[in-house]
Amino acid sequence: MTFRKYLVLAGVALCASIGDSLLSRGMKQVGGISLHHFSDLILAVLNPSVAVGILLLLGFFASYMTALSWADLTYVLPATSLGYVLLTLIAKFYLHEAVTTSRWIGVLLISAGVGFVTRGPALTRQPNTQSEQAQYGTASAGNRP
Amino acid sequence: MKQTYAWGAIAAIVLASTTGDVLLARAMKQVGDVGALWRQSGLWTVLARVLRNPNFLLGVLAMTTAFYSLLFGLSWGDVSLIGPASASLTFVTNAVAAKIFLHERVDRRRWMAAMLVAGGVVLLAA
Repeated sequence: MTFRKYLVLAGVALCASIGDSLLSRGMKQVGGISLHHFSDLILAVLNPSVAVGILLLLGFFASYMTALSWADLTYVLPATSLGYVLLTLIAKFYLHEAVTTSRWIGVLLISAGVGFVTRGPALTRQPNTQSEQAQYGTASAGNRP
Repeated sequence: MKQTYAWGAIAAIVLASTTGDVLLARAMKQVGDVGALWRQSGLWTVLARVLRNPNFLLGVLAMTTAFYSLLFGLSWGDVSLIGPASASLTFVTNAVAAKIFLHERVDRRRWMAAMLVAGGVVLLAA
């Protein structure tokens, strides 16, 4: 794992959590949208929070796809769940919201999960090409679960 | 009855979301390391390879299904149930699906991580 790859994983976590927060704040500013005024949903993108939220969610999707191109799904998902922790810290120290003990325990569990997974290899080696098959041979099947 | 619908929606979200994640992961493994491909052939080659991949398109379709299932679920049940239940269950089902369909090496470390994060998500949303 290189520093650049860790940055991509951080991008997944940051873009998802901040993007969701901005979309939520923007849609509350826009107000309730009924099926009779469906065009309001399209005009909602003119709200700055909604617009930036959508851009960040596009950034999330791009960085998520990038991460999946060089890391296992079972590595990327837990590793990027730090976004939940980040949201809690923002709520506590930036928005001055009350964070209950059970939430702090949740933060600890997620942090422990991230710590567990990031100490292991990011990718399961599988021979896809002839050269890799030659390199790893039939014994490489032992790498599989 | 609404509770039954809500759990039905949770099942649909988890199923569609897991299917989407597995298909997208498979698509991106077929495309290859995006960073290396970008440096070698440029952004348009990367985009063309991703967008032409059938697994990617099916994955996006499954993710869209998960999103609409979430919307339906929210109309039947509380967000405090639907959100954490579907998010935490998806971590566990993804680990199972990745082991079966993607042949990922889901060792004890990764199982622990999936369970800890799933439990943490439930507590955060409680």
